[in-house]
Amino acid sequence: MSVFAMEGITKAFPGVKALSDVSFACAAGEVHALVGENGAGKSTLMKILSGVYQPDAGRVVLGGETVRFRHPVDAIAAGVSVIHQEFSLLPDRTVAQNIFLGREPSRRGIVDERAMERDTARILKSFTGEHGISPQSLVGDLSIAAQQMVEIAKAVSVDAKVLVFDEPTAALDEAECEILFAIVEDLARKGIAIVYITHRMREVTRLADRVTVLKDGEIAARFDDVPEPQAIVAAMVGRDIGEFYPPPAEPEEIGGPLLVVEDGGNARLKNIALTLRAGEIVGLAGVQGAGRTALAAALFGAEPFTQGRVSLAGARVDIASPRAAIAAGIVMLPGDRKAEGLVLMQSVRDNAMLAARAAGRMLSGIARTPFGTQREIDALLKAVDVRAGSFDQEIATLSGGNQQKAILARWLALKPRVLLFVEPTRGVDVNAKAGIYRAMRELARGGSAILMVSSDLPEVLGVADRVLVMQAGRIVSERPRGTSEADIMHDATGEAHRVAA
Amino acid sequence: MTVADAAAPARPPRRLARRFERYAPALILLLAAASYLGVVFGTGQTQYLTADNLIAILNRSIALGITAVGQTFVILVGSIDLSVANLISVAAVLASFIMKGEASMIVPAVIAVLGVGALVGLVNGLVITKLSVNPLIATLGMALLLQGALSANFNNFAGSVPDAWKLFAYGEIMGLPVGLVFLAVLALLAWFLLRRTRLGSDMYAVGGNRDAARFAGIKTDNVIIASHVLCSLAAATAGLYLAARLGSGAPWIGRDGVYDLESIAVVVIGGTVLAGGRGGVLGTMAGVMIFSLIDSVFNVAGVDAFAKQVLRGVIIVAAVALYAARSKRFAA
Repeated sequence: MSVFAMEGITKAFPGVKALSDVSFACAAGEVHALVGENGAGKSTLMKILSGVYQPDAGRVVLGGETVRFRHPVDAIAAGVSVIHQEFSLLPDRTVAQNIFLGREPSRRGIVDERAMERDTARILKSFTGEHGISPQSLVGDLSIAAQQMVEIAKAVSVDAKVLVFDEPTAALDEAECEILFAIVEDLARKGIAIVYITHRMREVTRLADRVTVLKDGEIAARFDDVPEPQAIVAAMVGRDIGEFYPPPAEPEEIGGPLLVVEDGGNARLKNIALTLRAGEIVGLAGVQGAGRTALAAALFGAEPFTQGRVSLAGARVDIASPRAAIAAGIVMLPGDRKAEGLVLMQSVRDNAMLAARAAGRMLSGIARTPFGTQREIDALLKAVDVRAGSFDQEIATLSGGNQQKAILARWLALKPRVLLFVEPTRGVDVNAKAGIYRAMRELARGGSAILMVSSDLPEVLGVADRVLVMQAGRIVSERPRGTSEADIMHDATGEAHRVAA
Repeated sequence: MTVADAAAPARPPRRLARRFERYAPALILLLAAASYLGVVFGTGQTQYLTADNLIAILNRSIALGITAVGQTFVILVGSIDLSVANLISVAAVLASFIMKGEASMIVPAVIAVLGVGALVGLVNGLVITKLSVNPLIATLGMALLLQGALSANFNNFAGSVPDAWKLFAYGEIMGLPVGLVFLAVLALLAWFLLRRTRLGSDMYAVGGNRDAARFAGIKTDNVIIASHVLCSLAAATAGLYLAARLGSGAPWIGRDGVYDLESIAVVVIGGTVLAGGRGGVLGTMAGVMIFSLIDSVFNVAGVDAFAKQVLRGVIIVAAVALYAARSKRFAA
């Protein structure tokens, strides 16, 4: 008997069908693993279960009754809680205050701190293993693993019947993972239905009773017994690649080392040794939090290396700020386009000219920059095929693909030598994706070195000439073109870094 | 709004919405003018309907206008300056104290006052960027510091300005008050800086998205500091103007004029977004005119001083609520 069942769920967003006819259920005491690539629809499905989104079609059945959650609060009240990757805890409040946030027990209008702490202690005690969390500790003082435990305790304290774990081990180390696994197993034993979203096959093997694989918004496979990891990965991948990706670099197109990092490191990166050659596209793979974006940010000076050496075309460079990186010829297309790339309230043209203008003198005119006139940059926008009614239009009105191309034009004006593409096709439709891949390849042909960070593994494999895999802030392996997704996933999630370390 | 926007119309479907956004200050200005006309005709006081009277109305707002031009810069980059009123007092007192009625001391006094203004702006900008102090707090601290330093040394009108300097407030060029011409030129220069130079375009970028601006290679700290220096220079200039107008500077004239809050109010009424990145100095000028017209409406209609204050408050909030309602629909 299922605790909850989702039947025939369909959900579309403007321009994208996120889920079509997906059914998913979980029984009491069962750990049901939900796997799939980024964008496969896992999060959307769970957001429907937890009341963040409402389905366009299909229904959610909880405890035998059809329910319609209008808000996450409804779902939590009905016993469905989600442990998110980002915690929603107040760092300056105690563990007990966090767990009872918004529903503090009170006596005659005064918050009963004693009762709160007593109940918190009781819940924490029910967790197996040594965690040493006190109800009075400030959450901000706790480790990430302990904070996660507070999140779990919060869910347990409202008598959750269904717990969704969304990639819970992304930020945990080995020992902490073990503690988490013990808690998950213990909660399942107590009869809670657990949905476990992960990228890591060994967690599926270790914990799950059943596995569902989502791909492109549809159920790709369902296993009632956990199969070999290869079978799961095969179900996750399997797509028609076709002419989507441009051909790779010929060996003679790849030149000498352009950007070399030796022993680079900062708070999020360790022992980075990296060489980018002129003419090649290097893919950077890894799970969330492995340090891929941190590496791009370090190369671009946004979060600089605090140790190690960086040299560009043989000369030592000190990349202390994005401005220094740009001056040296290293540019980045940021992953969070809206937050880090665009000035949304300005026109397409102003956005494209942002970097070129920044290189000019303070009181110089805006139509002429050291890297070309307004007319030349308009021509560049046309060359990268930005589709807009007019370049005077606010960039906010453009599609994601066209916004990305406008940012590309911004950088092309500067004729950069090294381009860092972070999640270049996030939120970009399929056709624009192909256009961006082609543009990347043409840039490489023109002698630039390109580093591509992407969570979309097939994209990395399809575009890159070689792939570096990161884990826990280190580069743990290098794979040539033609590597399988399974190999990359193995390197990204397995024990490789221990061997390397 | 962007540089290019002014030239070309936007495409549908948001054309109407964006037109409204661009011309909202003008619309409010028309409304204010209409209500002025309504009150004048309604009360039969048509003797107020002369060009001289219009100039007189505007002439009352020169100091506010000069200050607001400066305030526009800092608000555009997403900062704010609460120290302008006290800087105006410092500037006025310093000017008349140095001039002491001597025409020969005009140049040294102006240099000293502008120097102090630039220094205050520099310190504001450095504290906000390098020490990451919230601009509200940083400039509030500066305001208290300036007022304290001033009150410790002066408690009444100090010195006086020579007649030559009074021309700034009472002279005429081609029949127009010098102050008004000065404000118009200043606004035009500010408009040119914002719309036609790299510094201006950087200010819009920094106010629109500081991270994106930094990632495009803009020295965002320098842009913010520059806007604060410009703002304080404008406030110091307003102080110089007030010294000319009053004949002498007193340590309370900035505070009494509520130039800090009123300059912010007119900038915002003029359509500049408090969070930065959108707006401009022409809107601010419209805001100043709206304020002076409203004052005149109240004077002509004989509204009592306290009710006047209440109505001004209501109008400020209503104007901003109007913009907010607009941008909410725009975002949706």
